[in-house]
Amino acid sequence: MITKRIIPCLDVKDGRVVKGVNFEGLNDVSSPVSLAKFYSSCGADELVFYDITASSDGRKLFTDILTETAKSVFIPLTVGGGINTVADFDRVLKCGADKVSVNSGAIKNPALIGEAARLYGDQCVVLSVDIKRVDGVFRVFAKGGRENTGMEAIEWIKRCVGNGAGEVVVNSIDTDGVKKGFDIPMLKAVCDAVSVPVIASGGAGKISDFITLFKTLPQVDAGLAASIFHFGEVAISDLKAEMQKNDIYTRL
Amino acid sequence: MIAIVDYGVGNLFSLKSSFAAIGAEVTVTSSAEVIRSADRIILPGVGAFGDAAKKLEASGLGEVLKEEAKKGKPLMGICLGMQLLFEQSFEYGCHKGLGLIKGSIKPISEVIGEGLKVPHIGWNSLRFKKDSPIFKYIKNGDHVYFVHSFYAADCDDSVIADTEYGAYLTAAAQEGNVFGCQFHPEKSGEVGLSILRAFSEI
Repeated sequence: MITKRIIPCLDVKDGRVVKGVNFEGLNDVSSPVSLAKFYSSCGADELVFYDITASSDGRKLFTDILTETAKSVFIPLTVGGGINTVADFDRVLKCGADKVSVNSGAIKNPALIGEAARLYGDQCVVLSVDIKRVDGVFRVFAKGGRENTGMEAIEWIKRCVGNGAGEVVVNSIDTDGVKKGFDIPMLKAVCDAVSVPVIASGGAGKISDFITLFKTLPQVDAGLAASIFHFGEVAISDLKAEMQKNDIYTRL
Repeated sequence: MIAIVDYGVGNLFSLKSSFAAIGAEVTVTSSAEVIRSADRIILPGVGAFGDAAKKLEASGLGEVLKEEAKKGKPLMGICLGMQLLFEQSFEYGCHKGLGLIKGSIKPISEVIGEGLKVPHIGWNSLRFKKDSPIFKYIKNGDHVYFVHSFYAADCDDSVIADTEYGAYLTAAAQEGNVFGCQFHPEKSGEVGLSILRAFSEI
């Protein structure tokens, strides 16, 4: 049986991790390489590097650091941020990424997912969607959640999966940052609509939020979070021990 | 020296880094000469079987691999590289493989039953079926990382480990000095590195 995955996400800007991280034994708290090694050694099942760099110089630093990280981390590595073309896929895959996550790039160019899936396979293409309820309807937001595209989220996800997205990261803007738990109704709607793995993001504040997620929605494959791992509010080893105690199959 | 066969299929970055991490000398090569002079061979691969099999044949490297394997040189196929070691694949048609291990490659959807997602992506546990030198440093039940939609069937005699995903799917196979891993040891953390280390010591 396949395990439920726990995925820490690192926001990287100009080659450095943005949110300060403070772990014992970790000297350089903003080095993506040391953080990635740290997470990998404490049981993370996968890592996401999110490139929030705005300039091309910064992007070069990002790819350098990605190469260095990929050389020393032997779990799956997903890269997102600034992926707008097949050339962007090529750039990060050559640096050692295993999967590439697209969000705004697919909204701007809906053909991107299909092109990338044909070249690199569905398993390589991750659709990331920022979703917010507007008048009771799930809408896709672009530009880091600032702009309402007007598109209905479930239809958008179905269309992208049909084009070849092999996994879907559902980020609920409604629960993001609130730390009161994942957006179960939104995730359920997505799980009911597609048959590819669904990764829950947005809202985790404590260990029990992950337990509730996997117990209520066994169709969800993975839980992704950033700050609660970075700030040490949740240790991945404790989270996994608790999952096991609750009969949620996990890799210890 | 370990030769990682480069025949234009897939990303060899992680494999190369994994062997570097365990201190093994490794070369990524498309040269028949280098493959012949290597102590061990890794056949990687992602993508479609038919396309990869054609590339192996067109480059002439398929024949080199068969010759070297028959001489007793340790050869390990990974993911699609593992599937290519078998006789044939029914992935979008029928394609001939290297035939170093008896069996056929079939869609997992035929056996896993309804309600399970295809591809089989993620960490799953190994159930040992036979003792193998590549398992020297790992234990039964250890987790490894899978990404695949097809699996090796009709090969009971050579299965050394399987994994449960609606059905028991071939996870690793061995026929003498020829080894295959359906999962990605280069993406399976310490367990994966331990498998590569054991292979590098055979």
